[in-house]
Amino acid sequence: MASLHILANPARFLKIARPLTGIFLGLGIVLIAVAVWAGLVMTPPDYLQGETVRILYMHVPAAWLGMGGWSGIAIASLSLIVWRHPLAQVAGRAIAWPGAVFTALCLATGSIWGRPTWGTWWQWDGRLTSMLLLLFVYLGYIALARADADRGGDGRIPALYGLAGTALLPVIRYSVVWWNTLHQGQSIGLTGSSIDPSLLWPLPIALGGFTFLFAAIVLMRMRTLLAQAKAEARMRRMARA
Amino acid sequence: MNQMGFVAAAYAVMLGGAGALTLISYLAMKRAEK
Repeated sequence: MASLHILANPARFLKIARPLTGIFLGLGIVLIAVAVWAGLVMTPPDYLQGETVRILYMHVPAAWLGMGGWSGIAIASLSLIVWRHPLAQVAGRAIAWPGAVFTALCLATGSIWGRPTWGTWWQWDGRLTSMLLLLFVYLGYIALARADADRGGDGRIPALYGLAGTALLPVIRYSVVWWNTLHQGQSIGLTGSSIDPSLLWPLPIALGGFTFLFAAIVLMRMRTLLAQAKAEARMRRMARA
Repeated sequence: MNQMGFVAAAYAVMLGGAGALTLISYLAMKRAEK
């Protein structure tokens, strides 16, 4: 928690964020390139799914970041409500768009994977439907946070919405357990994985690469929002003078 | 479409979407910080 308060000063945050943006972006691009090469060239086809198993290295990171993004919004919302952290409102707004885009990418890549595997692009399955709901919840947050910022609000209403939306995360996580429908069950757990090691090894590289890219995008968006707020404050001061 | 066609489409959607989001965020940051 102490490290969060160190970043409470926007100038101090920017001093750290500027070099980190480039480092995260570089790491993300390199790891994604390795994951793409490994996923397309180095791994064998699956005995059952054939070549389409390679979609795993794109689809799983998208799902991870769609859900991880909302976890980030929840932490930012809690920081705003409990500790009044000055950067929490900016962080929540910065995470929302990338989170929504990766949720949409998860739905799109899942649909492309579903057609050759299940014979359909879409099914009102528990996992698919709950991920679609998460996309709509993201869009609601984006609209609410934008309206709150335009009205000069303190961000508490979007933060409450951000916390309430967290209820959807366990529904997505356990949807494959609660409803026995089309989407496969959990293949990676804390105790091990049902995926063959020859197919599994590029997945952590892909997850790491896209996570670094996501972090770089969030930092870029936070820097944008802070620069815009600074410019608006300067305009207001000039108008008063 | 053969299986590799679906694989190529999934990679293009994911890499294109993530790349476009990165580029838009970078350009917006550069414009705002100018």
